[in-house]
Amino acid sequence: MTATALPLIPLRPARRMVELTIDGETVQAPEGSTILDACRHQGKEIPTLCYLDTLHPVNVCRACVVEVEGSRVLVPSCSRPVEAGMVVKTDSERVRHSRKMVLEFLASSVDLSTTPDVAGWLEDYGARPERYGPPAPPAPPGFRDSLQPGHHAPPDPDYAATVIQPVKVDNELYVRDYGKCILCYKCVEACGKDYQNTYALTVAGRGFDARISTEFAVQLPESACVYCGNCIAVCPTGALMFKSERDHRDAGTWDESRQTVTDTICPYCGVGCTLELHVQDNEIVKVTSPLDHDITRGNLCIKGRFGWRYVQNRPPDARGNGRGGDGRPRGSA
Amino acid sequence: MFGAGGGTTSYREVEETDVIFLWGANARENHPIFFHHVLKGIHNGARLYAVDPRRTSSAQWADQWLGLNIGTDIALANAMAREIIHAGLANQAFIERATTGFEDYRRCVERYTLELAERETGVPAEVIREAAHSYARADRAIICWTLGITEHHNATDNVFALINLALLTGHVGKYGSGVNPLRGQNNVQGGGDMGAIPNRMVGFQDWTTEPAVRAKFEKAWGVPLKPQYGWNVTEMFGAAERGELHALYAIGENPAQAEADQHRTVKLLTELDHLVVQDIFLTATARLAHVVLPASSSWCECEGTVVNSERRVQRLKKALEPPGNARDDLWIISELARRMGHDWGQPSAEEIWNEVRALAPIFAGMSYERLERAGGLQWPCYDENHPGELYLHSRLWHDPVEGRPAPFSVVEHAPPVEQPDAEYPFMLTTGRRLDSYNTGVQTGGYTSPLRRGETADISPEDADALGIMNGDPVRVTSRRGSVVAPAHIDRSLRPGLVFMTFHFQDEVKVNTLTIDETDPQSGTAEFKACAVRLEPIRSADAVGSAADAASRSGG
Repeated sequence: MTATALPLIPLRPARRMVELTIDGETVQAPEGSTILDACRHQGKEIPTLCYLDTLHPVNVCRACVVEVEGSRVLVPSCSRPVEAGMVVKTDSERVRHSRKMVLEFLASSVDLSTTPDVAGWLEDYGARPERYGPPAPPAPPGFRDSLQPGHHAPPDPDYAATVIQPVKVDNELYVRDYGKCILCYKCVEACGKDYQNTYALTVAGRGFDARISTEFAVQLPESACVYCGNCIAVCPTGALMFKSERDHRDAGTWDESRQTVTDTICPYCGVGCTLELHVQDNEIVKVTSPLDHDITRGNLCIKGRFGWRYVQNRPPDARGNGRGGDGRPRGSA
Repeated sequence: MFGAGGGTTSYREVEETDVIFLWGANARENHPIFFHHVLKGIHNGARLYAVDPRRTSSAQWADQWLGLNIGTDIALANAMAREIIHAGLANQAFIERATTGFEDYRRCVERYTLELAERETGVPAEVIREAAHSYARADRAIICWTLGITEHHNATDNVFALINLALLTGHVGKYGSGVNPLRGQNNVQGGGDMGAIPNRMVGFQDWTTEPAVRAKFEKAWGVPLKPQYGWNVTEMFGAAERGELHALYAIGENPAQAEADQHRTVKLLTELDHLVVQDIFLTATARLAHVVLPASSSWCECEGTVVNSERRVQRLKKALEPPGNARDDLWIISELARRMGHDWGQPSAEEIWNEVRALAPIFAGMSYERLERAGGLQWPCYDENHPGELYLHSRLWHDPVEGRPAPFSVVEHAPPVEQPDAEYPFMLTTGRRLDSYNTGVQTGGYTSPLRRGETADISPEDADALGIMNGDPVRVTSRRGSVVAPAHIDRSLRPGLVFMTFHFQDEVKVNTLTIDETDPQSGTAEFKACAVRLEPIRSADAVGSAADAASRSGG
C-alpha cells in the first residue's frame, strides 16, 4: 500500500449562486437550496415542525410559510427552491396571520406540552387557542382508529375538537401518545422510503379523522415494526417516545438539566454507528444518533437504540449505589 | 485485501454504485444501518443480488436471489468467472496491467460450466449467467460478504473466489467498485488493525519477514521479539489438546459458548492449569476461570477507539462510571505488568493511541483531536494533512501500477465437510437475528418484542413431511450433540435446510451441534454447515422441557 492523493470522486457540477431579496435585504444562496436554507444562513429564525434536514420535505405543517412576491398563495420555505430575483417576506402581516392560525389550530386540537419551542411561538404570534372553546374530552380507546373515511360526526359546538386519546403502551420499548400527534409525517417518512423502508406506519383516515396507524391499526407487536426507533428520533412533539423517557416523565424524574450527552460507538455489529448516550444519574435514559453523521444520519437499529440496558442491570443490593437499573444482576443475561 | 485486511470501499459508495452483491450476508438484519445505504442504492437504481441459501430479509429486497446450496460459493463464483471470460466481458486491460496469475485462474475456472454450477449450487444456469453478465457489464459494482463466506472450512478460499471476480472485471480500486467484508462486531476490524492477530503487528506489519519492522518494535518496547507467529484461537485449543498450552487469559471473550463443538471446548478450558477471564459479565467461561477480573464496558465506561467496516477509526467515550470494583482494561493490564515487574505507569487511552500512531504509518495522521472533529477517519492516513482514504487500491489503476500487482488465486470448490446422509439428512446453518447478538450475553439484558427464543427453523415442506406444526418441540441431533427447541416454520428456507441461532446458549446449546472443522488459514470454524437429523418429540415429558426452554429464553 502506498500513499496516494485523494481519490477522484465524481463531484456534482459546481452550483451557481442566485441572488434574491429576503425582507428587503439582497442575499445570495446556492442554486437548488431552499428559502429556509437561505433564511437560516442569514440567521433568520423560521418556525418548522414537519421539516428535518435528513428527511424529504412533505410540506404539511405550514408553520414555515413565507410570502413570495407574485405568488398567489404563501409558500412553504422548507421545500421551495430559491430563484433569481425572488422577493421573499418572512415576517409580513399575512405570514404572521397564517402562522398564528396554524399554531392556534394545532394547539387547540393537540397536546403540545412536550413540543420544544412551541410555547414561545404561540406567544410571538399572539396565538390564542383557547378562543376555540374548552378542549373536547379524550376519545375512548380505539375510537379514532375505527373512524372510516367519508363518515364524519358533526362537530360539538361546545368544545374545540381534539385528537386527545388514551396513550398506546403495547410493548416495552415505545410509547405512542397520539393525543400529541400533529400529523407531520416524519415518522412515516423515516419508517418508509427515506430510511428504514419497513413501512410499518402510514396515515389512515381523512380530514380531522386522519391519524398515524399501523396496518389495520394492529398493536405494534403484531405490526411490521422492527423497533429501530427511527420514528421516535424524528418525532417533533413527543407523541412517540422511548418508554425509558416516558417512565421517567411519568414518575416526575425526567430532568434534562441533570443529563449529559456523550458520543460513543455502538457495541454491536461492525458498521460503527455513533450513539449519543443521554445519561442521568449515571444511568442511560435514552439513545439517539447525530443527524449530521454520514453513517447513521440519525438512524439506528433495535440493538443500538435499545440494547444498552445490560451495562446498568444491577443486582438489587447494588442499587443503593445510585445506579438504578431493573434489578437484574449484570451477570444474569 | 492484497496485503491489508480491510474492506476497499466506503458505505456511501454503495448508494452510488450500479450492482451490489450481498454474498453470505444478511445485512438487513445483521448490519441494519449499512443496509440503509444499500436501500439508497436500490432507490437510486442499483441492482441487488443476494447470494444466500436462505431467502433472507435482505434477499427479499434483491432483484435476484441466488439460493445456492450451503458451501457451494466457489462453484458459483468460478462459474460466473468462466461465463464472464467466455462472453468476452473480462477487463483485459486491467488484468494485464494490474494482476498476476490470470492464465492459471482461467484454466482453473474453465471446468466450471454453468451446467456443472447448476448441479452443484442448485442455482439455475440462466440465473448464474445473468448475474455474471450484470456484474461484469456494470460501470460500478461492489461485493459485500459476511460470515456466510467466512464461517466455512475453506473460508479463505471463499474470499479469494470473490476477490478473483473483482480482479477479473476491474471492480476494485475506483469509486463505487470494490470488495467489502462487513464486520460482525464493533471492533473486529480494529482488533486486526491493532495487531490482535497472531501474524501481524499493529498496522498489518510483519515482524518475522521484515527486519526493519522488528527492529522498530524492539526499540520502542525495549524487548527482543521472537521472529515467529503466534496462535489464533483455534490453534490455541489445538495446542491445549496437545498439552502445549497451559494457561489462557481471555479478555471480553466467551469461548465456552461461542466456539464450535462446545463439549470439546469446555473440556479443554476446564483442563487448563490456569484460566484468567477479564469480562464485564460472569460469563459461562468466567465460571470456569481460576481468576476473574471484573472489567468496565469498553464502549461506555472507558475511553478508546474502534475501527468499523469502512476502515474508519472512531472514538469511544466514557459516559458512565463502572459499577463496584470493575476497572478499565488499560488499568488492569498495566497493573498486571507492574506486578510482573514492568512499570508502565498508568497510560491514558490517548497515550496508547499515540504510540500506535508512532509505530503504524497507516494511523500516523489520526490525532484524537482530528478523529473528534471529523467523526472518525479512514485508514490509511499517513500524516496530519492526509484526509484518509475513501477506498483502497486506486494504485491498481495507475499506469504502470504502483507496487505489487494483485494476484489471482486458484481456488477449487470443496463442499462442506459434512454432507447430508441417511442418518443426518438435513443441513444446519447458524446465524443471527435482528434483535439479538452472539451468545446473548449483551442482548439478554433488554426486552425485545421481536424475540421468540431459540427455535429450529425449518421449511414448510420438511415440516409437512415430518408432521411438525409451528411450535412443536423437535430434537436436533448432529454427530456431536443434541438439543431440543420449538420448531418454527420459515418460508425463507428450502427443503433440507435448518436454521438456528446461538443467541440462547444457556437454554439451547446450539454450539454443541456445530462442527469444529476449521479453515487452515484463518482458523474459522464451519459454523455455517453441519449435518443433523430432526425428530419431533411426542412424549409429554420432553414437551415440558422444550416449552420450558422456550419460555425462559423468550424474555
